[in-house]
Amino acid sequence: MQKQLPFTKSLVAVADQAYFFQSFFRNIFKKGFEWDELFRQSYIIGYKSIGITTLTGFILGIVMTLQSLPTLKEFGAASYIPSMVSVSIIREIGPVIIALICAGKIASSIGAELSSMNVTEQIDAMKVSGANPIQFLVVTRILACAVMIPLLTIFADAMALVGGYIAAAMNGGITMTLYFHKALTILDYTDVVPAFIKTILFGISIGFIGCFKGFTYNNGTASVGLAANSAVVTSSIWIIIIDGIVVQLTNSILYT
Amino acid sequence: MEVVIEIKNLKKSFGDIGILKGINLTVKKGENVVILGKSGSGKSVTIKCIAGLLTQDEGSLKVFGEEIKDLKEDELKALRCRIGFLFQSAALYDSMTVRDNLIFPLKRVLKIKDNALIESRCIEVLEAVGLADAIDKMPSDLSGGMRKRMGLARTLIVKPEIILYDEPTTGLDTITSKEISNLMLQIQKKYQATSVIITHDIPCSSITADRVLIIDDGVFIAEGTHEELENSQDDYIRSFFK
Ligand SMILES: Nc1ncnc2c1ncn2[C@@H]1O[C@H](COP(=O)(O)OP(=O)(O)OP(=O)(O)O)[C@@H](O)[C@H]1O
Ligand SMILES: [Mg+2]
Repeated sequence: MQKQLPFTKSLVAVADQAYFFQSFFRNIFKKGFEWDELFRQSYIIGYKSIGITTLTGFILGIVMTLQSLPTLKEFGAASYIPSMVSVSIIREIGPVIIALICAGKIASSIGAELSSMNVTEQIDAMKVSGANPIQFLVVTRILACAVMIPLLTIFADAMALVGGYIAAAMNGGITMTLYFHKALTILDYTDVVPAFIKTILFGISIGFIGCFKGFTYNNGTASVGLAANSAVVTSSIWIIIIDGIVVQLTNSILYT
Repeated sequence: MEVVIEIKNLKKSFGDIGILKGINLTVKKGENVVILGKSGSGKSVTIKCIAGLLTQDEGSLKVFGEEIKDLKEDELKALRCRIGFLFQSAALYDSMTVRDNLIFPLKRVLKIKDNALIESRCIEVLEAVGLADAIDKMPSDLSGGMRKRMGLARTLIVKPEIILYDEPTTGLDTITSKEISNLMLQIQKKYQATSVIITHDIPCSSITADRVLIIDDGVFIAEGTHEELENSQDDYIRSFFK
């Protein structure tokens, strides 16, 4: 094999991913969609991560409030706390943090699972059992992530508001009605819609990179660990890149 | 007799290392062909090519008259429904129970929907391999030999026309080996299945083989019935049977 420069290497990696993505996309619409496996995967992906994402959201809300309270008080703007926490969590911090956590939890487990199936010839066994592994394993996992990660994010966002309320109430005595009134009325569709679309894209990239790494690392048991590791790294990078692109697009569409 | 597998001058290498260096093999319908050979000589690679899991570099490989490497994805999938493959490592689906492992090919290859029929097929095939009471276990709870038999059950449940066995009796005790070999023979007789059997187990070969081939360094060096090769003039060939 010819030695490749790092730049060429990442170009080749992106090309491989693009090829894998189009084969995923083609297989969504093939007949014989694996509904059972889709529901099973959605359940696994959602259920396994609900604890950690809820906790993260809750603590994020508390911390955001506690961190900004002293500064805002100094300017006599403590009453802005609910709106500030709400906007920053829902627009940016919630989706990105939850996606990064899911990259660590879900992308790695998909990568490891598929890679070990590959190494132990289970994927070959599926092929000779009349199944299409892309359809059965990849399509279902990616779609399950695309559905479950937005739901997990919405749930975590809600918990962040609850956390924010508790922290604010303990430090300045705001009523629950007033807090949530302020937190929710500040939001309009330009905050919510782009953030929601973003989480779907994060979900797709988590599922996709997990599957891609699982299918790429297929030599010996050592590759199972590599697949998990590299799935986390690559999907985190994609999350950051997608975030940047979506913010830029949103700004240029909505505010110019 | 109808020819079901026809391999001509098949070559396959991984990187710079040539593994298959010109394999020729013709298998007729209903025939049991046994392949013997040293470890690493390319036996598994040969049958993986037959199932379309690996693609040859050169040569022609026809199954049911169709050139495997020219088939489209869906055509290959349809053809594979007629082929059963027992993996050397059994390749059970770790995340599914024994029952779900069996249902997987049943639903996809034979498209059976009736639950009662599915259940009776599962029990029938598990009884044949002596695993009837393991139906609700996970593969990780099975012993090595049980996994092998379970892999065999999953291969046989769809009654494929061609069965590719990769070391079906390795890791089994002598008595179970004999039972499995007899089961393979029975399947050949009952369903006129065509089989390619890779084995190191001489009793298995003597029970099942209509014809034996010996592979060495990527080519077949001898061919004949089990008795012929066992009593060959050539010391090297005879040494496989000791
Ligand atoms: N996917 C692969 N990539 C690279 N090399 C491979 C691959 N599969 C097989 N080989 C090589 O091909 C050679 C033959 O392998 P094969 O599995 O066919 O051996 P075998 O005859 O089945 O041996 P055994 O009796 O031990 O199972 C080995 O040297 C192996 O290293
Ligand atoms: Mg082998």
